Amino acid sequence: MTFLPIILWTDGVIFALVLIAGLAIRQIRRSPQLRDAWRKVFAKPIGFATFVALGFFGVIGIVDSLHYRPALPAEPGVEKQYSGEVLSALDALLAPLRLNTEKTYSAPLATRLFARETVEFEGGGQARIFPRLVFGGAHLASEDEWVSDVLKRVSVGLLVGGVLTGLLWLSVRRAAMRESPRASSADGLHASASEPEPAWRAAVLTMGALLVVSAVIISLASGYHVFGTDKVGQDVLYLTIKSVRTALVIGTLTTLVMLPFAVALGILAGYLGGWVDDAIQYLYTVLNSIPGVLLIAAAVLMMQVVIDTHPEWFSTAAERADARLLALCVILGVTSWTGLCRLLRGETLKLRELEYVQAARAFGVGTVTILHRHVLPNVMHIVVISLVMDFSGLVLAEAVLSYVGIGVDPNTISFGTMINAARMELARDPMVWWSLVAAFVVMFLLVLAANLFADVVRDVFDPRRV
Amino acid sequence: MFGYIVRRALYALPILLGVNLLTFALFFVVNTPDDMARMQLGAKRVTPEAIENWKAERGYDKPRFYNDKAFGVSKFTDTIFYDKSLKMFAFEFGAADDGRDIAEEIRSRMVPSLAIALPTFLLGLYVTVSLALLLVFFRQTALDFSGVVLCVAMMSVSSLFYIIGGQWLVAKIWQLVPISGYTGGLDGARFLILPVLVSVVAGIGANTRWYRTIFLEEVSRDYVRTARAKGLSELRVLFRHVLKNAMIPVLTGVVVVIPLLFMGSLLVESFFGIPGLGSYTIDAINAQDFSVVRAMVFIGSLLYIVGLLLTDISYTLVDPRVRLE
Repeated sequence: MTFLPIILWTDGVIFALVLIAGLAIRQIRRSPQLRDAWRKVFAKPIGFATFVALGFFGVIGIVDSLHYRPALPAEPGVEKQYSGEVLSALDALLAPLRLNTEKTYSAPLATRLFARETVEFEGGGQARIFPRLVFGGAHLASEDEWVSDVLKRVSVGLLVGGVLTGLLWLSVRRAAMRESPRASSADGLHASASEPEPAWRAAVLTMGALLVVSAVIISLASGYHVFGTDKVGQDVLYLTIKSVRTALVIGTLTTLVMLPFAVALGILAGYLGGWVDDAIQYLYTVLNSIPGVLLIAAAVLMMQVVIDTHPEWFSTAAERADARLLALCVILGVTSWTGLCRLLRGETLKLRELEYVQAARAFGVGTVTILHRHVLPNVMHIVVISLVMDFSGLVLAEAVLSYVGIGVDPNTISFGTMINAARMELARDPMVWWSLVAAFVVMFLLVLAANLFADVVRDVFDPRRV
Repeated sequence: MFGYIVRRALYALPILLGVNLLTFALFFVVNTPDDMARMQLGAKRVTPEAIENWKAERGYDKPRFYNDKAFGVSKFTDTIFYDKSLKMFAFEFGAADDGRDIAEEIRSRMVPSLAIALPTFLLGLYVTVSLALLLVFFRQTALDFSGVVLCVAMMSVSSLFYIIGGQWLVAKIWQLVPISGYTGGLDGARFLILPVLVSVVAGIGANTRWYRTIFLEEVSRDYVRTARAKGLSELRVLFRHVLKNAMIPVLTGVVVVIPLLFMGSLLVESFFGIPGLGSYTIDAINAQDFSVVRAMVFIGSLLYIVGLLLTDISYTLVDPRVRLE
């Protein structure tokens, strides 16, 4: 083997999450009510479009979660050695971006460095100039070709993206026609009266936009640093793509961690009442009364001490950073489950008095069965709503926490660490704006998609909204 | 009412004690003081003497709960738990790592924090409630729809962006106000404008949408239809009837944060160089000054509990049906 597969802790949890998602989809397909509800979500253009966008980010995150350690060049007579560096499948795909580093800052699509350097000429003498970049625009014979070269690459990207989108549109159309010949009349995508049709048009448009943008960026990235480079000359585009996984991990794992606590305790408190209710209420009032940031700060400081005093637990730096990321998720989860728990308790209090639950109790059905079969399915909409609602807040929180110094490990690439590193450079004149803007824009797109998707899901699942 | 307040204050004691036990567990049980000393001293300078010194300086060299070597009551009082946790109830926080008294520091830093937080709170409340009423007034029109879309977009922007963008645009490009700094008195106002403005703008998206939902729920009630049927103008309905009746859900979210205003804002204070409690907390986190963090946790939860009590009292002010007994 030329590489050694590594499953980091967060990878394992992500795979578990994918598995759970698969099981959930199976469950949804079986239950007519759930299938109807989700059909409504996908029938709304915004719902389907944002789902596609989130799925795009999700694929990046999952590809970035397949980690391995590459083998070191083999030496005869020596047992096979693996590098201490942990890479992911995404790193392998983006190898040109990762390896083509410059000396320091360079602007987006630039051909020269951002800082002056003293260069010695061959014939003697020296001057302070902006030197040409090692990679960005190095293929140009003269810099006068820059405009035409960039235009050429952009149009190639647009063309490829456009063709791919067209193919996608055709294949979706054919599939849609095959599934519902009734609706195939005008453009094949009209909603029929009985069952809402998925909003294919919005989904394809979103996917098309993503394809075109990706194609343009890929075509440009083969010759330039599309978003420029940062202080140590790393490609900002690479950093931005890598940040997506961290954001997704924080946004999803945190809820996954807190979910069992919140659901179990909330339902138990509401259903059993009495001293159990008192104890659980006391627990979440205590946790709730500590301002979130401070509780997180205290917990993260202590976790740092644990990690620092036990270096022997981790064989590579990546593993340590990963442990810290997972611990951050756990801490965020433990400090944020109280809201969901309180909602579930209130809902269960109401359900407990309903006829069907009382009937089940009168028939002598056990508490566990009642909770599992009658209460849990009827509070699931609250769980789903709070799952999607929390996601965007957590992604935003990561950036803030990393700024405060209680976020991810400084070596983990995340929006927070990118912003933190770029912040100091705003004072420079002329300004280094690109890494800041890249991080903010991608984070904005991710959070906006999540927020809009959450709104659609809430509209569909919340019985109070008509 | 007085009896109610006393009883609520007594209820708060076990909660504060719980907070206390939790922080104690976090700071002294998960890690021993030895671990903390080793980390703060750095790997190179760790000797048994240095660790003992570090612990003695901070009073961490005592037993946790029960002191065998002491006599009488001091078996319990000469311990870390009594010294570091229980004394907080008397607002004795001890000294920070730089030797200054934490309680003194908190008192003096409260003023700058309030100077930012109070105007932000009032202005923010005024702006967002007005915008929400405006959207409700134009409900189910293009204005309402685009307003909601704008709100969602605004709440998807990182708060760091508002701060950095505000500093760059207002202070650097337009040069209207200084980028950061603070002085007391009226002269300090020029330092306060930008942070207040940025915090208000950052809160518009989420809050306007939240108030809009509350008001919309109220607008569909029967009494509103009656008021309209009486021939009242829509503005009068909104301000006299809807706003008043929506006060309970609004107060639930608003009053509880009033005491927490004292804590200031971590981000805004550290970006704008304001010597308040927020930047104090950030500095303590970065310097890993555990006693300051512990003190802030305690004060934060105390203020939160006060906020809950104030919320209940405020209900009686806006709704005569609510009585506290």
